[in-house]
Amino acid sequence: MTTISQHRPPTVPAPDQPPRRNYLNNGYSVRSWLLTTDHKRIAVLYLLSVTFFFMIGGLAASVVRLDLTTPEADLVLTETFNKLFTAHGVIMVFFFLIPSIPSVLGNFLVPLMIGARDLAFPKLNLLSWYIYTLGGLFTIYALVAGGVDTGWTFYAPYSSTYSNTHVMATAVGIFITGFSSILTGLNFIVTIHKMRAPGLTWFRLPLFIWSTYATSIIMVLGTPVLAISLFLVGMERLLKIGIFDPKLGGDPILFQHLFWFYSHPAVYIMVLPSMGVVSEIIPCFCRKRPFGYAFIGFSSFAIAVFSFLVWGHHLFVSGQSVYAGLVFSALSYLVAIPSAIKVFNWTASLHKGSISFDTPMLYALGFVGLFTMGGLTGLFVAALAVDVHVHDTYFIVAHFHYIMVGGAVMGYLGGIHFWWSKMTGRLYPEGWARLSAILIFVGFNLTFFPQYILGYLGMPRRYHVYPEEFQVLNVMSSAGASILAVGYFFPLTYLLWSLRWGKIASSNPWRAAGLEWQTSSPPPTENFAQTPVVRDEAYDYATIDAQLAAVKPSSPGVELSHG
Amino acid sequence: MSHARPTVRTLVFVFVALLLLLALTFEASRHNLGRWNFAVATVIAATKALLIILFFMHVRHSALLIRLVVAAGFFWLAIMFALSLADYGTRAWLPTM
Amino acid sequence: MVDVHSTRVPSAVRSHSDSASHSALLPPSALAHQFDDIEQQHAADELGIWLFLATEIMFFGGMFLAYAVYRRQDEAAFAAASTKLDAGLGAINTAVLLCSSLTMALAVHAAETAQRKHLIALLVLTIFLGTVFLGIKGYEYHHKYEVGLMPLAGFPFVWEGPSAGHAQMFFNLYFVMTGVHALHMLIGLGVLTVLAIKALRGGLLGEFATPVNITGLYWHFVDIVWVFLFPFLYLVR
Repeated sequence: MTTISQHRPPTVPAPDQPPRRNYLNNGYSVRSWLLTTDHKRIAVLYLLSVTFFFMIGGLAASVVRLDLTTPEADLVLTETFNKLFTAHGVIMVFFFLIPSIPSVLGNFLVPLMIGARDLAFPKLNLLSWYIYTLGGLFTIYALVAGGVDTGWTFYAPYSSTYSNTHVMATAVGIFITGFSSILTGLNFIVTIHKMRAPGLTWFRLPLFIWSTYATSIIMVLGTPVLAISLFLVGMERLLKIGIFDPKLGGDPILFQHLFWFYSHPAVYIMVLPSMGVVSEIIPCFCRKRPFGYAFIGFSSFAIAVFSFLVWGHHLFVSGQSVYAGLVFSALSYLVAIPSAIKVFNWTASLHKGSISFDTPMLYALGFVGLFTMGGLTGLFVAALAVDVHVHDTYFIVAHFHYIMVGGAVMGYLGGIHFWWSKMTGRLYPEGWARLSAILIFVGFNLTFFPQYILGYLGMPRRYHVYPEEFQVLNVMSSAGASILAVGYFFPLTYLLWSLRWGKIASSNPWRAAGLEWQTSSPPPTENFAQTPVVRDEAYDYATIDAQLAAVKPSSPGVELSHG
Repeated sequence: MSHARPTVRTLVFVFVALLLLLALTFEASRHNLGRWNFAVATVIAATKALLIILFFMHVRHSALLIRLVVAAGFFWLAIMFALSLADYGTRAWLPTM
Repeated sequence: MVDVHSTRVPSAVRSHSDSASHSALLPPSALAHQFDDIEQQHAADELGIWLFLATEIMFFGGMFLAYAVYRRQDEAAFAAASTKLDAGLGAINTAVLLCSSLTMALAVHAAETAQRKHLIALLVLTIFLGTVFLGIKGYEYHHKYEVGLMPLAGFPFVWEGPSAGHAQMFFNLYFVMTGVHALHMLIGLGVLTVLAIKALRGGLLGEFATPVNITGLYWHFVDIVWVFLFPFLYLVR
């Protein structure tokens, strides 16, 4: 029997002041921030950068959705429309989704969660941020100079030969930013292998570490192939090498193989960290160890490995051999299995839990539902016969947005809220936060569910004009987008507000398990006064809650039991 | 690196072996072995690479984790080749594809 | 998976105040603040460079895939084009690079055993051999340009015989693959120069030898790439 408790376990009185010496007030100069090697400060730098790019990418999408409220091309020129959806894709994929959780939450939390003083290579970490910023500047330049209209997928021969837009600048920008991704992943892998605190064996690690590790494998092994694919497109434009040029015996599909070899695993770079966040949030707000810890951990590795075996499902209708298509289709069904295992385990974790619906939990539960929907529709399109009909339609657009936005972004927001007190020493206003989460959930579904139907009915993606009978669904989608946009502004506002006026947080306001909660909020620069020694299993909520009950005996109105 | 390191003698021997393999592959290319030219060249190149990895890059004395990373790199490359060539190798099978 | 370094009893638990007071008393250590001991640091550095090399395997691998795909399409054209490359010169270049790998490996050995003069000499020798390699490549590129076998940037491609398009593809791949390889050599030479300067100033010896070791691994990897490029480009028959 599940007890749903509206009351959190009793907290110790919150301190009046943040801890005297922490990573935020350890030097106020611009230099101390721009030349920092402290992983926590670098995480904050990334937080600012990815938020900036999220807004630009969102702005591009807003204009697109606005234009699509009418069947005609009446808001912007078609060339501009093409540049807008390309900008949206490039920015959201490469400059928001890929870096978001790894570079913000990963950078901040990995050393804390394993009891280390910093990552293995702190200077490389700072370099990663500068590389990311440099790549971002190239891309912004490309945008300002007139944009690129190839779609974020840069298919040859349009990108390599025929497009007259700023393909080179954008490709260079993404190429450069790719190194940021590679170096971050490299840093995480070495750190997790070599710098865990004494007693912290693999099966005592938080699941966020497991998924960060798996994500890092993908970042390290996949990103170079994106680099070479963009490099070859650049060479073709610059030096006319004709590698994807049919006139020279070149094969445009070779580009697609190289591009998707990275870009499919990339979508798991985008969603695995969110899964890690959800695996941290659900146990905390159910007050129990996650169901099937080992399976959740191993499934992260399985996803990382299998994700490299399925890229050809993006090429089903491209001219790829249908036999290869069969192989990729079968493998695509396989890759769904570890994801499904996670969903089952998260759901089972809720059973007999003492559930409370704080904001992070709202986002986590939203993730589980929406990711499931996106994932299931992925299975639909993994079937060759279905994909023939829905490829390049809004069905695909809806499918990946359910995972990227309903999944990854919600996981990101859940993580930001969950660890906000740790990062800033402040509590956000819970009421506004819950309202925003619900607003985002409603806006999201209103935006993207109609797109499943639109795609099924045949509306192609990346089209500026469409037949009139699709207008109603498009208007619904655009209406949802405006709600979603408003929804995103709320956290931006109240999180900023909390920095100055939010309640001061204790070291562990959620009474969560994990080493990061054993140090102050915000942590000191060196993370821990003494290197912690780990003796307990992970997620030992039974012990945590028992200890709390012993300290503060049950009083009326406070429910601690698990039912 | 706290593991044993190869001696100067070993390094020079490996170098000589590499030069011999180079001579072998050069000589082999001057004979017409048909389909086997490619196989011979590839095997010799792989052998040279293995010698460099094991001795010059001291993987022979490295920890298991390092060997796993090396193996993973080549394994992932193999994945990329195998599944891509699955496409190119089978395109001719259907007349309309 | 039990990793000794991460589950050991903390013998040197360093608190923030310790390092500040000790640094004035002890000679400079190669140990960085985030690590607990030098073995942990070395293990981390080695793992780090190997992960980076794994990324390079995938980067070059993409080009080798393109090569494999196009060679399969018309082996005869590739063979005909390949004979236009000077296999003898390519073999000499391969020997030069293998020699530079030997000198690099010996340099690492010298650094780790703190033999300063040997280290400097071997680094300089490696730089010299690497430069010879690039010089020969430059000569080859120039020659190809002269005879019209450099179809880049709109330069004329002169080809008598069948499959001109495919022969052109061969040469495009030749220039891109050896070009990217040469770029990696150039970067390596730059790093080696920095190392040589540090070695001249008495650094990089003993426990400070890690940069030499890491550069060595990178250099050997670039050599391995060439070990495959040579037969695949010069010896197609």
